[in-house]
Amino acid sequence: MTPPALRAPLLEVTGLDVFYGDFQALFGVSMSVATGGATALVGANGAGKTTLLRTIAGAQAAASGSITYRDQDLTAAPPHQRIARGIALVPEGRRLFASLTVEENIQVGATAAASGDWPLDRIYGVFPMIAGRRGQRASTLSGGEQQAVAIARALAAAPSLLLLDEISLGLAPMVVEALYQTLAELRKAGTTLVIVEQDLRRAMTVCDDLVCLLEGRVALAAPVPAVTRDQVVAAYFGDLT
Amino acid sequence: MTWLNAVIQGLLLGGQYALIACGLSLAFGVMRIVNLAHGDLAICGAYLGLVLSTALGVPVWVTLPLLLPAAFCAGLALQALLFGRALQHGALAPVLVTFGLSVMIENLLQVAATSDPRGLNGGTLALASFRIGSRITVSWLFMTAFLTACAVLSCLQLLLSRTAWGRKVRATADDVDTARLVGIRVRPLFATVAGIAVATAALAGVFIGTIGTFDPFAGANSLIFAFEAVVIGGIGSLWGTLVGGMALGVTQVVVGQVNEAYSVLAVHLLFLAVLAVRPAGLFTGHQTAREAPGALG
Repeated sequence: MTPPALRAPLLEVTGLDVFYGDFQALFGVSMSVATGGATALVGANGAGKTTLLRTIAGAQAAASGSITYRDQDLTAAPPHQRIARGIALVPEGRRLFASLTVEENIQVGATAAASGDWPLDRIYGVFPMIAGRRGQRASTLSGGEQQAVAIARALAAAPSLLLLDEISLGLAPMVVEALYQTLAELRKAGTTLVIVEQDLRRAMTVCDDLVCLLEGRVALAAPVPAVTRDQVVAAYFGDLT
Repeated sequence: MTWLNAVIQGLLLGGQYALIACGLSLAFGVMRIVNLAHGDLAICGAYLGLVLSTALGVPVWVTLPLLLPAAFCAGLALQALLFGRALQHGALAPVLVTFGLSVMIENLLQVAATSDPRGLNGGTLALASFRIGSRITVSWLFMTAFLTACAVLSCLQLLLSRTAWGRKVRATADDVDTARLVGIRVRPLFATVAGIAVATAALAGVFIGTIGTFDPFAGANSLIFAFEAVVIGGIGSLWGTLVGGMALGVTQVVVGQVNEAYSVLAVHLLFLAVLAVRPAGLFTGHQTAREAPGALG
């Protein structure tokens, strides 16, 4: 595997400060995502993982700092422009459009698609489990199927950079396994991934790089082979010594 | 025969209520905005029809190709300048803003056009009628208003359920934050919805002005009936709005058959009764009242 430094960065986040009203959620967060790589974003609840992904996707405004994607400054760009350039987010809690069918959810995902690389039949090829449910309302599906639709909806935007927020939350281990197999296929197809995952072991197995947030700050950022599980756990909870 | 006649006339009247209500239903279902100026915008449509048809010397129907696009553009502008901004400041702001707009429209119309009641030139259609059997006479104008309402509702329904635009509208009605996140440009989408709502209001205003008379303050009354049709039918359900309008119309005419003085009161009592028994309206299907506003269709 090529060391991260030799791969060109796809996304470069620098000194990001993000607020919810008076509450500051991120403090000068910087991270770099290499093209074709998979980065695990870990940290305790409330560490700012979801905020960071939402800010990269454009759902949350940055008070200061910058987001550079393919050498373009996207800090102030609205979400539809980021999608058109190839950034798509699978939001925490899936957030499907409940009154729309499975297929309509996926079609809506293609609204601002970066390219036509992911037509419906290719998406159903990747997610055979939802192909048979395309006419069903999204709200009637099981949790695993809903998560698959949420990923499919993001894929419809033909992303180069796919941001995945807690896709295994509340799902059976077998379903999680199937979803991660799909992600491995997507990586092979050239999609760069940023994954928020509570299961540290899985995160470290799947990803090349790891970023650990602690109370809105980067506590650790390193290639996975360069860190031990104990170092990550220490960063996760804050060094207590 | 008189009862059958009353029911038929009531259904046709209900079509008019549904026509004015569908824009209200659409705007609320998608944007969660209760537009208290909706009735006044309909009356603005009637006045615009009056100005155009007088200036051109033609029946008001001929002016529709000018009037409806103008109303659509007025809706775009209102959304961009007023409603969109009001929506960013919580649930109360749009109510206050549209109430203020309503008061302004009524008073501006009074200054510009005096409070004399006016009527629109409906051409030969206004006086034509046909008979069902020997005792029932149906006005072609009422029939046209009813069929127009059905056509407008069907078109809206088709647009919502079959087109990419409709898909985006329904997704946004479900969850506006996620809609933005998947790349839907919410502001222009809302503007087109507001444009359609105002255009249908103006069309309803033209029928109001052709069937009866109107004055600058007639909008408030239209709004109440439209609002009741929306709530009875189930908020966000377009077919429900049509049924709600027809329920109001039939109640009004049938009770009026017994005693004219109670006809409007009966309509409001029907509204209260539905609100008490089925607060989410008649056509919300299996969904709960909380989810219902998101269900367009």
